Amino acid sequence: MNEPGVLTGSHFTHGDWACAEGAIAAGCGYFAAYPITPATEISERIATRFPLLGRRFVQFEDEIGAIASVIGASFSGMKSMTATSGPGLSLMLENIGLAVMTEAPCVIVNVMRGGPSTGQPTMGAQGDVMQCKWGAHGDTEIIALAPQSVQENFDLTVKAFNLSETYRTPVFLLSDANIGHMYEKLVIPEEEKIEILSRKKPLVSPGDYKPYMADESLVPPMACFGEGYRFYSTGLTHDELGYPNMGVDAQDKLVRRLCDKIRVNTDKITLTEETYTEDCDVLVVAYGVTARSAASAVQKARKEGIKAGLFRLITLWPFPEKKLWETASKVKGVVVSEMNYGQLVREVERAVKPVPVEFLGKLGENPPSPNEILAKIRRLDQ
Amino acid sequence: MTEHIEHYLAKYLRMDRLPHIWCSGCGLGIILKSYVQALYELDYDLDKIVTVSGIGCAGRASGYVNTDAFHTTHGRALPFATGISVSNPELKPVVISGDGDLFAIGGNHLIHAARRNINMLVICSNNFNYGMTGAQYGPTTPPDIRTPTSPYGNTENPFNLVSLVASSGATMVSRWTVYHVHQLKNSIKKGLQKKGFSFIEVLSPCTTGYGRLNKMSPIDMMRDLKETSRIRKVNPTEATIEPGREVILGDFVDVEKPTYSDVLDQVSRRASI
Amino acid sequence: MSKPKVKITKSLCKGCGYCIEFCPNKVLESSDELNEKGVQVPALAHEDKCTSCGFCALICPDFAITMEEKTDE
Repeated sequence: MNEPGVLTGSHFTHGDWACAEGAIAAGCGYFAAYPITPATEISERIATRFPLLGRRFVQFEDEIGAIASVIGASFSGMKSMTATSGPGLSLMLENIGLAVMTEAPCVIVNVMRGGPSTGQPTMGAQGDVMQCKWGAHGDTEIIALAPQSVQENFDLTVKAFNLSETYRTPVFLLSDANIGHMYEKLVIPEEEKIEILSRKKPLVSPGDYKPYMADESLVPPMACFGEGYRFYSTGLTHDELGYPNMGVDAQDKLVRRLCDKIRVNTDKITLTEETYTEDCDVLVVAYGVTARSAASAVQKARKEGIKAGLFRLITLWPFPEKKLWETASKVKGVVVSEMNYGQLVREVERAVKPVPVEFLGKLGENPPSPNEILAKIRRLDQ
Repeated sequence: MTEHIEHYLAKYLRMDRLPHIWCSGCGLGIILKSYVQALYELDYDLDKIVTVSGIGCAGRASGYVNTDAFHTTHGRALPFATGISVSNPELKPVVISGDGDLFAIGGNHLIHAARRNINMLVICSNNFNYGMTGAQYGPTTPPDIRTPTSPYGNTENPFNLVSLVASSGATMVSRWTVYHVHQLKNSIKKGLQKKGFSFIEVLSPCTTGYGRLNKMSPIDMMRDLKETSRIRKVNPTEATIEPGREVILGDFVDVEKPTYSDVLDQVSRRASI
Repeated sequence: MSKPKVKITKSLCKGCGYCIEFCPNKVLESSDELNEKGVQVPALAHEDKCTSCGFCALICPDFAITMEEKTDE
C-alpha cells in the first residue's frame, strides 16, 4: 500500500477532517463510531483512509458498542478512538467509567452541539464540559482538550493520544459544530516532526507481572492481549493483580491512585495560552471557539486603553487552577465566556476566589461576539 | 484454598482463586469445566485466546481462566470482543455470559455481532432468570413463572435463543445442557477451532435462585435437563424450548462464511486498486 | 490393565450431590465426613463397580473430582 499515513503539507479543510488526520498521524489503528451530527465527517474520513492503510474502522450499531469495542481494541494493543456528539457521549458514560477503572488508553472526540437531549444537532455549543468530567458514576479523573481552530483539531488530537498513552486514561477532545465544520488552513508537518508517545510496557516476565501495580508515576505498565501475560481486568474494584477485591482498603487505595495519577500531574498535563497577561487588570477566561472572540475583544479593549488579557484554557480537565490563580490573583476582575449557561465558570469562580467573576453565557449556535465580551470587560474595568 | 491443589487443568485455571464463588450445584462450574477441558484436549495456545465476560454470575467466569481475560460492563462483552477480534485477528475471543447479559441489555450487540460474523465463540449460560440480582425474570423466563419482579406471574414470552442467533447470521449454533457434558465440550472444541460467530446456548440450573423459587432441588433441576431434552437435527426455529416439558438440543447450524475480518481485508485490497 | 481411579479433592466440594446421583453405577455415596466448609463430601462406596467412565469428574461443577491414572504400588 502506498497510501501515506501522514499527509504532510498544506490543506484547506474543516475541523472534523483535521481531527481524523490527527488520529491517523498519531498512529490510531482502530476507530469505531456511530454517525451523529456534527461528528459524522470524522467517521467518513476515517472510513475512506483506514482501509487504504490496513487499519480498522467499524461502524457500530450504537455508541455504547463503539466505545466498548474501542476499549477492547486498546487492550489488544491498538491506539483507539471514537467520535461522537452530546447524545452519543451520554450513551458512552458507563464505558468511560470502565476505561477509567481498567486504565484503558483511548481518545473520545465530542464535537459538541446544542443540548440538552436532541437539542440543536447542527449548531455549536460548549454544553458538555461538565459531563465529560462528571458523567461517569463514581470518582473519576479524565483529561479534556479544547481546540479553537482546524489546526488545533489536528494538533490536539495527536496530543490527546499521547496523553492517553502516558496516563492510561480516556482523553476527550471537545470540539464543537462551529470548529468541526468550518474551513481553515491546516499545515501537517513531516512525520518525523510529530511527537508520538506510547504506553509503557512491562519489563518483568509474565510470572511476575501485576497488571495494576504502579511505581511512583502511578501509571502501571500495560501488557496487551496475546503478549503472553495472561492478565485479568475487571470493572469491579480490584487489587494489583487485577482480581476483584471489594474491601474497604482496596477501594480506598485504588480510587485514590486512579484520581491521583491525573491530579498530581496537573501541571505537566495542562496546556494554557496567555495573551497580554503580564500587566492585566481584567482577565478574560475562555476556551474553544469562544476564545477566538475573546482574543478579539481583548485586542479591542487594549486599543481603548483597558489592560485586558486573555487566559485561554487548552486543557479543560484537569482544571489548571494553580496556573489560573497565579495570573488571576493580580487582576480586578475575571470575565468568563462560554457557549452554555454556566459550566466551566464554576471552576473559574472556585479557583480565583475572591476575585469577582462576570459570566457571559451564549446559547444557540454562535460564540459571543467580541463586542459582547468587550462590554463585560468594560464593566469590570470600572 | 490454602492447600496447594494439584489438578491436571491447573495450567488453564487461576488455581489461587478456587473454589469459585458460584453456588453449590450451579451449572456455571460445569460450563467453566467444559471450557477448560476443551482447551486442554486441544492443547490450545493460551496466548491466542481472550476470555471475555459481561455482568452477572456468568460474568465471573472470566476471572477463573488462566488466559488474557476481561470482565466488561453489562451487556457489552460482545462489542468489547469485536474490538479484540477486529484489531487482532490472531486472537480468538471466547465470550462466556448469561441469558440476561447477552439477550436483554446486550441483545442489540448480539444480533449485530452475529450479523457481522465476527470471529468469536459465545457460550451463553441460560438459567432462565437474572441470577445474581436475586432471580428476577429475564428474556428467557417461561410465561407465568413467579419471580421477585413478577410476583403474580411472568407477563412476557421468552426468546428462543438459538433461533434468534441463527436468524441473525451466526455460522455455528448449538444448544446443550450442563448435563450433556460430552456434547457441550465437543461443541466448545468445534467453536474454538471454527472461524466465524459460533454460539452455544447451555441450559444451566440456578439452584439458589430459579430453582428455589420453583421449589426444585439442584438434583431435580439436573434430572429435568436430562429427562425433558431430546437431541434432534432441526431448524433452529423448531428447536423447542419449554423447560420442564420439552427442550430440543443439538447442533443446529454449522456453515462457513467469510468472517468480518476477512471482509475488511477484501475491502482493503479493493480500495487499494 | 489399570483404569483411571476417581480422586476427590474434598476441600473443593460444595456438596451438590450430582456425582452421587448421576453415576451410572451408583459408585459414590454421601459420607459423614465434613470438609472445612462443613460440607458432607462424597465417598467411593462401591469402587469395584467403577468403570472409569469419568462422568462424575465431568459433571462436578467444582473441579473436585478428577480421574487419576492408577500407579503401581
